[in-house]
Amino acid sequence: MLNDWLYVGIFALVSMFLPAAAISIAALLSPKKPNSVKNATYECGMETVGPAWAQMKVQYYVCTLVFLVFDVEAVLLFPWAVAYKQLPLYAVAEAILFILILLGGLLYAWRKGALEWL
Amino acid sequence: MSFWRDPIIFIIEWAKGLLAGIGWGPGWATTVGFVIGAFVLAAGAMFFVVFLIWYERKLIGRLQDRFGPNRVGPWGLFQPIADMLKIFTKELITPSGVDWIAYNLAPVLSVAAVLMMWAVTPFSKTFFGVNISVGILFLIAVGGLGEVGIILAGWGSNNKYALVGALRAVAQLCSYEVPFVISALVPVMLTGSMSLVDIVEAQNPWYILVAPAAALIFFIASVAETGRAPFDLAEAESEIVAGYNVEYSGLKFGMFFVGEFLHAFTASFIFVTVFLGGWRGPGADQIPVLGLVYFMIKTFIVYFALILFRGTNPRFRIDQMMDLNWKVLTPLSLVVIMVIALVDRLFASSADWLRTVILLAANLVILVVAERLIRRGVKTTRPEVGSRQRPVASPDNLFIQPGSGAKG
Repeated sequence: MLNDWLYVGIFALVSMFLPAAAISIAALLSPKKPNSVKNATYECGMETVGPAWAQMKVQYYVCTLVFLVFDVEAVLLFPWAVAYKQLPLYAVAEAILFILILLGGLLYAWRKGALEWL
Repeated sequence: MSFWRDPIIFIIEWAKGLLAGIGWGPGWATTVGFVIGAFVLAAGAMFFVVFLIWYERKLIGRLQDRFGPNRVGPWGLFQPIADMLKIFTKELITPSGVDWIAYNLAPVLSVAAVLMMWAVTPFSKTFFGVNISVGILFLIAVGGLGEVGIILAGWGSNNKYALVGALRAVAQLCSYEVPFVISALVPVMLTGSMSLVDIVEAQNPWYILVAPAAALIFFIASVAETGRAPFDLAEAESEIVAGYNVEYSGLKFGMFFVGEFLHAFTASFIFVTVFLGGWRGPGADQIPVLGLVYFMIKTFIVYFALILFRGTNPRFRIDQMMDLNWKVLTPLSLVVIMVIALVDRLFASSADWLRTVILLAANLVILVVAERLIRRGVKTTRPEVGSRQRPVASPDNLFIQPGSGAKG
């Protein structure tokens, strides 16, 4: 069991190491001739106006909030799904009720216009 | 164990014997074995990308009525190798004002996130990196790491196009994660385990025959997760230059593409593992290497479908993409999971084949009803943009230009 996670950890390190190593080799092989024009921010040849880290559309934030609800729901449902074979009808009905409440939440967000992309 | 029945495990056992022969303790031997195994699997995946790039370019070329790469080597097979050699010697331009850590971590993370999915997938009955008890959850979690890579790229680049692209990517990937995760619950429910090895072993028949609605949602969501056409809003060239990778060059840019190609292939073999029976096929239980062959055949069929999907669909608009997710796929997946849970529980005591047929019928009913509802909601007329009648050139004879002297 612990060995399995050791392998996962090693694999994570290796899979980070391989692209990093490739980029390092490329950095050694490639020419380095920077100049100020080449290093300027690329906006199709226009001069950049203002900082790049500017205000963005709020809609991205709203949809991420809706996402958060459903992801937490999924995390709660996974143990239920694993145990599903042994569960009585009562527990299944409970989970369905839980999903229905969330579906109600989705409909509420829909009617409130949180899902409209303007 | 004979060599030909299972060559991969044969070689692994031989290497293990070799390591044990050196005289290290069992702990060290295991660790070193793991490191070597992980290196071989991950490096194999990275080199496999070279072939995938050729395959995809060739197919896309055919779909668009071109030849695709056909100069370097037989059928252009060595074209990606030549490209790879070239990209290694390209200058890595680091624009001024970037967030150095985020900028350099992003390409590494976006490849690593995809590579890590290879650690838990069973390629045949005996050949898999590791069998952890939370396989599917691990896949989803690691997939989320790719999103982190994209937002790091967009944020670290100090470029407005990159930031817009990254935000779009995150909105898209986050949204499509919901139907992805919820439809992944269905195989877990039918198996009673999250381990991918168990899910493959339990598929009798394949889950796409038991729950086609869930499989369809899973497929669409996993195409969206890979961020390819028609879901490639994050790098929509006609709108935001190249999205989150505008400021990257050389191999750092190449790494995003390696990640993308590998993700497409990985998504198709995850679909195969979860819904198409993985390595299962006639004789795969006795001869494990046959399982690997079946697995690859199925994966390439799904990958082909993925490329067809890419080659034939125009890019979505962002509001259409969000609508498809939040107003179609998410409610549909919630309904599917409820119906499957209820139906499977009500018919739990009946015979297996009867339960399968009833589940299939329930899924098909859901799909038909959903299709009807979608058709009702679709706008059939589009508002006229601009009210004024515009003068449009409409000559009587197209071949004679007005004012050219010829009588038409």
